[in-house]
Amino acid sequence: MIYLRLIWSYLKIGFFGFGGGYAMLSLVQNEIVGPGWITDKTFTDIVAISQMTPGPIGINSATYIGYTAPMQAFGPDASPLWGLLGSIICTLVVIIPSFLLVRYAGRFVSRHRQSVAIEGIFRGLRPVVIGLIASAALILMNSENYGSIPSEIIPSALITLGVLLLNLFTRIHPILLICAAGLAGYLIF
Amino acid sequence: MEQSDNQPIDTAQRHLLWRLFTVFVKIGAFTFGGGWAMISIIQREVVDNQKWIAKDEFLDLLALAQSLPGILAVNISVAVGDRLRGRVGSVVAACGTILPCFFIILAIAVFLTPETIIQNPTLNAIFKGIRPAVVALIITPVITSARAAHIGWRTAWIPVVVAALIWSKWPVVSNPIIFIVLGGLVGWLQLRHVRRKLAAQEGGDQ
Repeated sequence: MIYLRLIWSYLKIGFFGFGGGYAMLSLVQNEIVGPGWITDKTFTDIVAISQMTPGPIGINSATYIGYTAPMQAFGPDASPLWGLLGSIICTLVVIIPSFLLVRYAGRFVSRHRQSVAIEGIFRGLRPVVIGLIASAALILMNSENYGSIPSEIIPSALITLGVLLLNLFTRIHPILLICAAGLAGYLIF
Repeated sequence: MEQSDNQPIDTAQRHLLWRLFTVFVKIGAFTFGGGWAMISIIQREVVDNQKWIAKDEFLDLLALAQSLPGILAVNISVAVGDRLRGRVGSVVAACGTILPCFFIILAIAVFLTPETIIQNPTLNAIFKGIRPAVVALIITPVITSARAAHIGWRTAWIPVVVAALIWSKWPVVSNPIIFIVLGGLVGWLQLRHVRRKLAAQEGGDQ
């Protein structure tokens, strides 16, 4: 049953989603893209769409994947209501941990914020979170996103390099960078 | 809980819930980029404009929201809603935050399916340009947070090994959850060890 598996996956994503949206991406990759519910390509597109629409990436990806995964699994003739159901389920499930943890673990964590346990856990998590984000980027550097012939790989790699430098060293908004990359894609490919 | 006695409680509370909802809908609808972009706007609305919570208390809630897993913007919405109106308040605030993006993304998911992109040559070309840009946007926080977390040569192996093992897609060791649990556990034990050693040294000096 695809919905039960989506619920289980998004519970894990919600409960272990430390380190913000980008770190969460590696969990989504492992839980959703790994089993083949959506392709790497579609996953990359979701991240792009999330960047260009309001709202947190965690919610955006849950809604999109919740709609798309059942639709892909049930085939082209499936009713869009199955997708709607999936998107509602995934969006709700990914925020359930927030309610439980803020309400029930909140007081405990606030009181022990200075404790060795909490401080140590966060020190330990910091380098791990960087590794998680890096893995998300590494996994997306594949032939689905960069093509398999030099005439595709080279311009794609140049786009990555250009956007990376502009994003690191200028204050150009990421949405503009995505639009510029889309324009470049339209002109090149 | 701090409802004053002379107010008509029902209407006042309903009014507050409605305000809570509309304020968080506004926050959800107009903040791009999520996370930190959202936090500053939530703070402006909740602390400066609505004067629901004092700044100190908001920063406490923020510290809490950050130290819990889950989506940061949702965590802080739940915390603010809970602080103002308990369980109902937290549900109302969180729904406000997620509803705008839920509807926007749902509309996109319905009309911009993976097939639509593949079948339309123009969209296909545009997304071929966008995908490598997305990779760059994900690499950026790797570099900036490595700098912010003071990752030096002694600790750089941790993110490298974590990323490589997850990338390997080998069974078991490629699951990110393992590294989250392991990282937290090792961090805790290590800090405890360091503190105990320090305490023992101080004890020995006296």
